[in-house]
Amino acid sequence: MSAIYGLMAEFASADKLVEAARRAREAGHEWVEAYSPFPIEGIAEAVGFPGSRVPLATLIGGLAGGAGGFFLQWYAAVIDYPLNIGGRPTNSWPAFVPVTFEMTVLFAALSAVVAMFVANGLPKLRHPVFNAPEFEHSTRNRFFLCLRADAPRFEEKQARHFLERLESMKVFEVPL
Amino acid sequence: MSATPLIRGRWGYASITDKIADIVLHRPTHWMWAAGLIVTLMMSVFFFGAMGYLFTVGVGIWGVNIPVAWGFAIGNFVWWIGIGHAGTFISAFLLLLRQKWRNSINRFAEAMTLFAAGIAGLWPILHLGRPWFAYWLVPYPSVMNYWPQWRSPLVWDFFAISTYLIVSLLFWYVGLVPDLATLRDRATTRAKQMVYGFFALGWRGEARHWARYETAYLLLAGLAAPLVISVHSIVSLDFALGNTPGYHSTIFPPYFVAGALYSGFAMVLTLAIPMRHFFGLEDFITKRHLDNAAKIMLATGLIVAYGYIAEVFTAFYSQDEYEIAMTLNRFFGPYAFVYWGVIACNVVIPQVLWFRGVRRNVLALFALSLVIQLGMWSERFMIVVSSLSRDFLPSSWGLFVPTFWDVSMLVASIGFFFFLFLCFIRVLPAITIFEMRELKHEELEGKEP
Repeated sequence: MSAIYGLMAEFASADKLVEAARRAREAGHEWVEAYSPFPIEGIAEAVGFPGSRVPLATLIGGLAGGAGGFFLQWYAAVIDYPLNIGGRPTNSWPAFVPVTFEMTVLFAALSAVVAMFVANGLPKLRHPVFNAPEFEHSTRNRFFLCLRADAPRFEEKQARHFLERLESMKVFEVPL
Repeated sequence: MSATPLIRGRWGYASITDKIADIVLHRPTHWMWAAGLIVTLMMSVFFFGAMGYLFTVGVGIWGVNIPVAWGFAIGNFVWWIGIGHAGTFISAFLLLLRQKWRNSINRFAEAMTLFAAGIAGLWPILHLGRPWFAYWLVPYPSVMNYWPQWRSPLVWDFFAISTYLIVSLLFWYVGLVPDLATLRDRATTRAKQMVYGFFALGWRGEARHWARYETAYLLLAGLAAPLVISVHSIVSLDFALGNTPGYHSTIFPPYFVAGALYSGFAMVLTLAIPMRHFFGLEDFITKRHLDNAAKIMLATGLIVAYGYIAEVFTAFYSQDEYEIAMTLNRFFGPYAFVYWGVIACNVVIPQVLWFRGVRRNVLALFALSLVIQLGMWSERFMIVVSSLSRDFLPSSWGLFVPTFWDVSMLVASIGFFFFLFLCFIRVLPAITIFEMRELKHEELEGKEP
């Protein structure tokens, strides 16, 4: 048996993909992947996605950016280069608000995007799913369900049998 | 309103994809596009040549001098950054408000934002007497042992504009990734597959990826929404924190933000109307989209009108003789024609938008969008120039008269903007393909789009 990444089934609609993913998980299949040309409501839950930590990364990034932005101004204006302007306080924090705000937004946004790509394992220009010629329609109008071959209890025959019983258009192997 | 669908006609996932992707991948070059590209390329070359001349000779080639040291350059800066506000507003606010009609206009509006904000960022540097010291705005432990003045709105502005550019670029790029993957898979030449594939980062549309993607996109929208408001507010503080009559006004931040959206939506229409016509996108950018954009123009235009009224009222209510003199100078002074032009273009003429017939008349909207942009540019000129020309001491009054270089550089910057836009529509999908598929899916599900 040649090494495969998994078995894939092709669907024509989003609803069929969600239904198939849900049934695959119910049937005890682990490591189910679903590919779609646009985000589908409920598909993440159907494949057993526990929820992302992108929001946490964004919060941390934003707080760090804001704190860093304020510290930068405070350090420059109070410690390193204090200017006596008519005896006004050097730590004139209300004037530091705009830059603090902008730095908060900048670092929160950067963290959100970086966290999203890192957690998704992107960029990854080469991936086994691209080996299947059918897969190029995943960015056009087709929906794919993939049962990974490296899942602990994967049985190719049984998996193929399961996928063929779904309302799929085609079942095929994804070579490694 | 909901009776008009957001996608007109019988389109499916595949045909939507092919239609939008083929504009980039397969459509033969039209002579009008090529002609437009050549003309705007020449204007761009002139723009950069004029910059070279400016850097060689100095700002004396413009009409600026004391007392009017802020002339066209600063007016242009505020105008361009204002135009650059609609894109992120459409992407962020309308996403958060679940206005599905944004999906077919957000991509090119974001591109417009990037180009406009980029051009805007050039002007403050161009107008510096010593532009080679522009980097002094950047805080870094310099050997000269100085830091930027954190209490200056000009430093805030530097932070606001750079943050805005970076976040808008991120927002735009993140939105593009799934569509770049579509182009990668549909491209027929090796070079296109490689380039689009590289920038698509290997996107494969896995369910977990989409989930994180949507979360990140929503977070970006939530962050970009207050950012849009903050950027033009900070731009307005460049003026409002100065004590010059005509600058020193607390109405400025909201009034500038509304003005920015006003001119930005006008530019969206200026770009959308020819684009939907020439590329046959009437089914995706429907009259309902134009109608909605027109309504936003009407609403923001009324806020701008309120700003004008508030300024006049405040001047007389305060009984401050300088404020009153400034207001009367705007009404009857040497730049009175600018003031009344602003009132005509921004307040009087756009009231025709109350009529549904006008909002659904493509040509009328196009003409109106140009009128509003002229009006908004004139408003920036009025604020920047007429306020400086008459400050407190009559002995230091003086007029600003634009020179050839003032006018030609403004026109050339517009040419450069359209050059970038013309390149964009043939290189990247002007409409977000995956969101159009999603819209189609929701339509099939029978959900209210």
